[in-house]
Amino acid sequence: MPNPLRGAAAITGLGMTPMGRIYGKSTMELAADAVRTAIADAGLQKDQVDGLLINAGITGSTGGGLTLGLQNYLGMRNLKLLNHMNAAGSTAAQMVQYATMAIAAGMATHVVCVFADNPLKEGSSSGAAYGSAARSPSRPKGMAGLYAAAGYFGANTPYALAARRHMAVYGTTQDQLGAIAVAQRAWATKNPLAQMRDPMTLDDYHSSRWIIEPLHLLDCCLVSNGAVAVIVSPASVAKDMAQPPVYIHGMGQGHPGDPARAGGDWETETGGQIAAKTVYAMAGVGPSDVTVAELYDCYTYTVLVTLEDYGFCKKGEGGPFVEDGKLGPGGSLPTNTGGGELSGYYMWGMTPLSEAIIQGRGQGGDRQAPDNDVILCTGNGGSLSYHAALILSPHAN
Amino acid sequence: MTQPNTVSKPLPEADETSQPFYDGAMQGRLMLMKCDACATVRLPSRQHCDNCLSTDYTYEQASGRGTVRTFGVMHQRYHPGFELPYNVAIVELEEGPRITTNIVGIEPDKVAVDMPVVVEWERHEDVALPKFRPA
Repeated sequence: MPNPLRGAAAITGLGMTPMGRIYGKSTMELAADAVRTAIADAGLQKDQVDGLLINAGITGSTGGGLTLGLQNYLGMRNLKLLNHMNAAGSTAAQMVQYATMAIAAGMATHVVCVFADNPLKEGSSSGAAYGSAARSPSRPKGMAGLYAAAGYFGANTPYALAARRHMAVYGTTQDQLGAIAVAQRAWATKNPLAQMRDPMTLDDYHSSRWIIEPLHLLDCCLVSNGAVAVIVSPASVAKDMAQPPVYIHGMGQGHPGDPARAGGDWETETGGQIAAKTVYAMAGVGPSDVTVAELYDCYTYTVLVTLEDYGFCKKGEGGPFVEDGKLGPGGSLPTNTGGGELSGYYMWGMTPLSEAIIQGRGQGGDRQAPDNDVILCTGNGGSLSYHAALILSPHAN
Repeated sequence: MTQPNTVSKPLPEADETSQPFYDGAMQGRLMLMKCDACATVRLPSRQHCDNCLSTDYTYEQASGRGTVRTFGVMHQRYHPGFELPYNVAIVELEEGPRITTNIVGIEPDKVAVDMPVVVEWERHEDVALPKFRPA
């Protein structure tokens, strides 16, 4: 018995602002730009939108982020669905999931899911936007204070520690992590939206400075200002709308929790393992059916461990799997075809989702994957703590 | 090349839950919470057991022995109190909990995953921090 929500809804609108070192706009203004563009892209009128799901990004924690007030800022008067959501980098895929469920339940028809962030300030570094040290008190309280006292700062630290564990247990090499960065940069050179479009070699990777060993600068994602909005609509309506629909065939989540927990291999086995079972079962596919992968890539390592957790290779074999360049242009598993968060733009889970939509529509231009039948799109957040996934397809069934 | 270090590292202070941990630290004792209901041992960061949610617990002294679960070598300056590069590590204690720390008495590039380590207290005026050295 197929899952009744398989193919019940489709993504019908996509709106993206310029992304990167874009200054001078509030997150509300950025979000409004993305929403306006998405509504026009879908061929809708504003009043047809009856659902709004909001994800604030890092400025939701640091200040100036999107709030529920976005509804009034946009003048949306007839919402039947509204929420402000945050499960870090897994939120974008989750918003599409909740929109799909609400649509299938008859609660709403056209649901806008929007992300906006502007952590970059003119004249300051990308690292400053996410570095927690500047915000930590001089006398941090309780056991949590041991992190700051040990110099465990930012997101770079847990991901470096996770990658190190994988390297020690499975023999993964720096060259293999570098192969991911190189493949994604090759895609980015073909993407006019990407921030980093200069070609890059493995030597360039190795000569980029250390952030925290084993992560070089070029293992780490960009930081971007900007906004992305997507619209989810019923499949029955989507087929007659302005854009080629990108149907939602599978949905899944997995949240293993705190990396400090005792037991378990948080470093090398992520929530992707849990989400994979659910998303594949709903879509009725397996890893050998996936033709395009848009995987959350806050770090090169996140891609490697996600490939393993989704069964593209055995656990521990992610290094040899990526080494031959199969993720890049012309490879057998086109992955992060817009350059991803490493070389494209960093809009949390909207990075893989936006590129999945572009690929699903066949609008990838020079970077269009040859076969877009089954697109896996993942989101990850926290310290490999939160995970959500979609399987998308240009086909209704 | 390094400038004289005039800013100190951020030093924690006890909250209500962790007071016995930090009191023990000043006496060179690594104190953990053990759940009275299910015997799960945890770092004293919460009043309830994250295995069974029981709020009954007893403090017990840990052996101070463990292994390096994983580590990194930091080159990015986040805080002026740290001289670069330095290692940041998670040590898995013999009793099970994992603690964020630094491995001392060894060059950063000589630290290894699964290396046996033992606690060494880093003493400050009003707080002592559990660091670990090769056993």
